[in-house]
Amino acid sequence: MTELAAVRREQLKPPVVDIGVIGWLHKNLFNTWYNSILTVCMVVVLGLLLPPLFKWAFVDSVWYSSAEACHDIDGACWSVIPHNIRFIIFGFFPEGQEWRPALAMFLLLALVVYSRKRSRWQSSLGCLWAVSLTVMGILMYGGIFGMPVVETSQWSGLPLTLMLSFFGMVAAYPLGIMLAIGRRSRMPAIKSLCIVYIEMIRGVPLISLLFMSSIMFPLFLPEGISINKVLRAQVAIILFTAAYIAEVVRGGLQAMPRGQYEAAESLGLTYNQTLRLIILPQALKIVIPPTVGILLSAFKDTSLVVIIALYDVLKTTKVTLSNPKWTGCSTEAYIFLALLYFVFCYAMSSYSRRLEKELDTSY
Amino acid sequence: MRSKNPPASAGSQVSAIPFWRDAGKRAFIFQLAALFTVGGLGYYLFSNTQANLARQSIATGFDFLNKEASFEIAESLIGYSAADTYARALLVGVLNTLKVAFIGIILTTILGTVIGVSRLSSNWLVSRLSALFIEVMQNIPVLLQLFFWYAIFYEAFPAPQQALNPIKGVFLCNRGLIFAIPEAHNAHTVMGWILIAVLVGGWFLNRWARRRQEAIGESFPVLRVTLFMALLLPLLAWVAYGTPTAMNIPELRGFNFSGGLSVSPEFSALLLGLVLYTSAFVAEIVRAGIQSIGRGQIEAAMALGLRPGQILQLVILPQSLRVIIPPLTSQMLNLTKNSSLAVAIGYTDFVAVTNTTINQTGQAIEGVAMIMAVYLLFSLSTSVFMNWYNKRMALVER
Repeated sequence: MTELAAVRREQLKPPVVDIGVIGWLHKNLFNTWYNSILTVCMVVVLGLLLPPLFKWAFVDSVWYSSAEACHDIDGACWSVIPHNIRFIIFGFFPEGQEWRPALAMFLLLALVVYSRKRSRWQSSLGCLWAVSLTVMGILMYGGIFGMPVVETSQWSGLPLTLMLSFFGMVAAYPLGIMLAIGRRSRMPAIKSLCIVYIEMIRGVPLISLLFMSSIMFPLFLPEGISINKVLRAQVAIILFTAAYIAEVVRGGLQAMPRGQYEAAESLGLTYNQTLRLIILPQALKIVIPPTVGILLSAFKDTSLVVIIALYDVLKTTKVTLSNPKWTGCSTEAYIFLALLYFVFCYAMSSYSRRLEKELDTSY
Repeated sequence: MRSKNPPASAGSQVSAIPFWRDAGKRAFIFQLAALFTVGGLGYYLFSNTQANLARQSIATGFDFLNKEASFEIAESLIGYSAADTYARALLVGVLNTLKVAFIGIILTTILGTVIGVSRLSSNWLVSRLSALFIEVMQNIPVLLQLFFWYAIFYEAFPAPQQALNPIKGVFLCNRGLIFAIPEAHNAHTVMGWILIAVLVGGWFLNRWARRRQEAIGESFPVLRVTLFMALLLPLLAWVAYGTPTAMNIPELRGFNFSGGLSVSPEFSALLLGLVLYTSAFVAEIVRAGIQSIGRGQIEAAMALGLRPGQILQLVILPQSLRVIIPPLTSQMLNLTKNSSLAVAIGYTDFVAVTNTTINQTGQAIEGVAMIMAVYLLFSLSTSVFMNWYNKRMALVER
């Protein structure tokens, strides 16, 4: 009897192709004949590509050698990064003062990480941001507590990239909201002004605005007044980003049903109150995911200031590479920079995806 | 509330409302103020500019367009030399921009669609690799990608003397990609015309087949017939001309190649960077478009007995294209606008040529205005097309 039961249990086991590693392989890689061919092709291509790449990056590579040692090897010369990391990150910030931008960047990142939870989005957080931004400004500019003054023309590298993108986002957001409201306005003059602005900015590449800020703008100012280059580029980035945010916010405003406006009106709210208390809180919530997308591209777009010769992190890398000692190591340096950008952007985009899930109240 | 007030004459009632409580008047004043501010700011900037230009004695206007440009342009679709005018140089720039945008748009659409579909593949490896591609490409600034590819082309590839020669007639070196092309022959022109004729014929065939199917319910394999004809007829013409096979093979002369067709490293880097970057976004759009089709639609089509190809052609594509096309167009526009980054790696697109012009003539305002005007023209014509398309494709509801 027991033997028979054992045999029966043996027979009840699922077929070997449905379970375990083989089952997984069968289900995910070899479920149809063309998938099998595709898998084999992919494995062959990867097998041809990955080992040489691995050998280049990790086996034949050097990490801390001098620049001269780099010329004799076949692999990657990662040494370019440790040797120049100070310049790539901090640029022309005075020697010995690097702790100041480092601390400012750390503060910024810590605040961003702290603000990621929606339960912490309260007015106290706004105060915290205001205080920290002031502290960061003092850290960067100096002038008090015995910190020597560092002019904005010396701000470069990663701090400049973060500053341009951060202030670009923060200042463009309210401006974009105002433009979106203006575009939905019933007043024809306001409406057409906003439409012309938004469509014009969205129709031209950022680089033309940057050119405008760098070569045309000095002509706009009265004699004797000059605004520094960083600030001009910052304004161009803000104006550019605002137009894109305006379009996203307009989408949110359009999604609001008329009933919301009518209900607010019947409660006796003024137009401003209606917007501030009823419409915007809902509209902005709907468009959080696309807004993060806009902010993400604004962050990536700050790299364009290279073209008007501002020393952001991409430009400092290029300056490093123009040193004859390190020519030929561009690939390595760019890969490092790509990783840096990737970390920031990936964090932002996965955060946006998480928010999208959290805010998705449909079922 | 007003009804409770003691009755008064109509005139005094109207005048009792101060103008800042009258929505109409308030709006009027507000708009006037806004226009006045914008106009005033514009006038202020304009007068400053006038004063500055007068002081620096820069002439305004577009007269410089007729002067001699006196700079060379490396790549040009039309004949150009340094003795030509600025106007012609700028035209060369516009054509170069259009060239990279046109080829880029075609390649991006193909690559983006392939990756978007692979992202949804049931094959784990393929789907993961596409996801990896999308993440990596989307999260690295396009300018950095352009620098990267340019560095690869310029540093990793050998000099022309040691050019890589993967296939016979194809050379890869730091002067770009050089490959053999068939020697010019009458047969090729004729083949080209025949191909165009077949495609036009295919369009008419498609119309006829649709009308026939609506009338008698029988379908006609338009695509297969057209493809077959497109292959067969030019081949027949080629044979009829005595199968000319002479090739224009690139040869190393001194320090560079002559003959064949060469693609410069600047153009290749720009094209590669733009295509890879934009196709990641296109892939996400295609994926979203396909996923927007309800499962029930496909099941219903299967229940009707349609083949997989027919399901794709008749059920999935018409619906998902409606979702895909608008964002796809804006990505194509993005690609065109991003092609202005060519200036950073030395491809002579419109922005690069204008930049050189500004540096030589000092006509900054005209130059920037021209850049803006040209890209605005691209954008506006695209949005005109989009409006037409949206009207055509809009769901007709009751």
